[in-house]
Amino acid sequence: MKIPISYNLRSMRARPVSTALTALGIALVVAVFIGMLALANGFASALVKTGSADNVLVLRKGADNEMSSSLDREASSILASVPQAARGDDGHALVSAESYVVIPLGRIEDTTGMANVVLRGVDAEAWKVRSNVKLTQGRLPASGQNELCLGAKLVGRFPNTAVGQSMTFAGRPWEVVCHFTAGGSAFESEMWGGSEQVMPALRRDNFQSVTLRLADPGAFEEVKRSLEADKRFTVDVHKESVFYAQQSQLLGNILRILAVLITSIMAVGAIFGAVNTMYAAVSSRMPEIAVLLTLGFKPRSVLASFLIESALIAFIGGVVGCLIALPLNGLVTSTTNWATFSEIAFAFRITPVLLLAGLVFAVVMGMLGGFFPARRASKVPVIQALR
Amino acid sequence: MKFWTLLRANLGRHKRRTFLTITSVALALFLFASLRSVITTIGAAAQFGSARRLVTTNSTGFILPLPVAYANRLEAVPGMEKVTWANWFGGQYGDGKRFFATFAVDAKSYLDIYPEMSVPADQKEAFLRDKGGALIGARLVDLFGWKVGQNVTLRGTIFPGDWIFTIRGVYTPTDPSINDDALMFHYDYLDERTGHKGNVGWYILEIDKPDNAAQIAKTIDDQFKSSPYPTKTGTEQAFNASFATMWGNIGLLMNTIGLAVVFAILLVTANAMMMSARERTRELAVLKTIGYSDRLLFGLVLAEAGLITITGAILGLGAAKLLYRATNFNAAGFLPGFDVSWATIATGGVIAMVLMLASGIVPAMQAARLPVVAALRNVE
Repeated sequence: MKIPISYNLRSMRARPVSTALTALGIALVVAVFIGMLALANGFASALVKTGSADNVLVLRKGADNEMSSSLDREASSILASVPQAARGDDGHALVSAESYVVIPLGRIEDTTGMANVVLRGVDAEAWKVRSNVKLTQGRLPASGQNELCLGAKLVGRFPNTAVGQSMTFAGRPWEVVCHFTAGGSAFESEMWGGSEQVMPALRRDNFQSVTLRLADPGAFEEVKRSLEADKRFTVDVHKESVFYAQQSQLLGNILRILAVLITSIMAVGAIFGAVNTMYAAVSSRMPEIAVLLTLGFKPRSVLASFLIESALIAFIGGVVGCLIALPLNGLVTSTTNWATFSEIAFAFRITPVLLLAGLVFAVVMGMLGGFFPARRASKVPVIQALR
Repeated sequence: MKFWTLLRANLGRHKRRTFLTITSVALALFLFASLRSVITTIGAAAQFGSARRLVTTNSTGFILPLPVAYANRLEAVPGMEKVTWANWFGGQYGDGKRFFATFAVDAKSYLDIYPEMSVPADQKEAFLRDKGGALIGARLVDLFGWKVGQNVTLRGTIFPGDWIFTIRGVYTPTDPSINDDALMFHYDYLDERTGHKGNVGWYILEIDKPDNAAQIAKTIDDQFKSSPYPTKTGTEQAFNASFATMWGNIGLLMNTIGLAVVFAILLVTANAMMMSARERTRELAVLKTIGYSDRLLFGLVLAEAGLITITGAILGLGAAKLLYRATNFNAAGFLPGFDVSWATIATGGVIAMVLMLASGIVPAMQAARLPVVAALRNVE
């Protein structure tokens, strides 16, 4: 026969301070666990979302990121006529040759710090090739003008980023004419300007990358084969989604490993706390347990009951931990993509799965911490304890 | 010392609880020291830089080049002692998974300006003589098993193709903030193979007096202001600090987690201390009856908490100090010179004291204020 859960609830209430301290200890572990994984998630998803499975990214052979790549005008014009490229409403092929450079900008909140912000030189096709890019304010930069469109995550974090204001770099002023979002992706940390203005201003002759939209995503392998075999240039052809997922791998993995390492060390401490609490609970309730056993409850039921009590305390801790971590969701932070030294802003991302993982983690901690004390409880020598 | 036996007996009564609590404290302080050291290591890197060294980069962005022809004009600036330059090469070795820095440098002047890079005299000479030679950091020897005299092939990410270098020397940095896992080779070799473009990544300058730094930096930047490649000159320290800020909010993150860890363990320790005190109510009452003063009991309970937290602190902080040193940890090259500083250890010690007070003070006060008669009523 099972011992009712109300027995455990009453016991927990009888020792409110030690129950609360144990639960709070577990809550903190769960909060750190969720917070760190939300950070890793946010970073990875910002980069993963950047790439589209329909798009093909062409870089110079051997270049491991856009910054180290270089494609001359001949290469870009050959790429502009790839037959498998999709066509826009105006009949133009959706092929975008882009230049990519990082520009140091002062931050608003920390005036001593500089951040390297990506400046992407684009033409009209770039806005159509990226289906997730949407203007939120203003109009597209006019051709022949020193005008910029800013990713939403730059706005307010750097000076003079409002539409109508003017930023100065590369020895000339650039007017901000629009803001855009890109589904939370890394593009939102970039400045886009006309490549015919950007490239001369930075004394660059070559593009860094060419991105093209495929009419049929299934044609990727065929495009890759034909372009990489082309004798006129040496390029690597990447599926855009795969390329950006790879870019996120290093830092994403570091963050995840760090999260697991830190939380598992913390968890050991919290489990020890639970062990202490449950042993104390067992030893102060010896007579009670003896009575239960005399009444005919099986030792197994006593074991289960104490395990449940420990798990319950941990579960409460888990819920509190989720509540502590929840306000982090959506908080924007930034770090450097060390591959290109460029700054990338992203939001903490707490998903229901992550919350569930936090709760499971809490309960596991509780069960681990409660097991040995519960076993001791089930083995209480009845006569001695009743004396 | 007569209370020592009593303290030890008390701690020894619940050996498991004492062990678990001490281990929790040790783990917490180990984590604290590790997280804190990430911040101090980044901070030390930001502070690194000789007061006499300046760095000149392209003012539009440090990834944009400067002409190599600037070297002569920089040398002519009054107060200038030495000029050298370097280029970021971006080479990969093997599967490319382990990142390490690769530079093309003007070898002789570079080693002149960086006496912190110590190279055996014969290796230095061999490196300077061989245009296809490379100088590597001591860590790369451990990492890849490279040997002096061996040929290594790097894959260029910025400068395409396979690049073969002969390792001619191994340097050991005397300052921990200098990466010990970089590979350097001759600028001339890079320039020759890339068609004599004469592009330089950045210049490093040594000036006569640190006091002149601002003046000299201004002279240089004014001189190139209206040229096609305007410059930005600052102290080496400012240059390094700008990289440190690129970590973003990492300091805040580490501090927050550290705080959460310490607080979580505080709860565990406080809980254990309260349990011990509660179980011992009767004993404490007996001690009072036989003449122990309130103050003495207060001190005894607090000392018990202190013994736990301080033992934990010594174990945790000591393990952090020794472990990272023994494993030569540098976070895959991201945190050169990673070390748990004595300041961090001292902070950890203070935290242990705070833990002692915070976890011990309530039970200690309860013990001191214990009403003897009421507590003794329960004695069998």
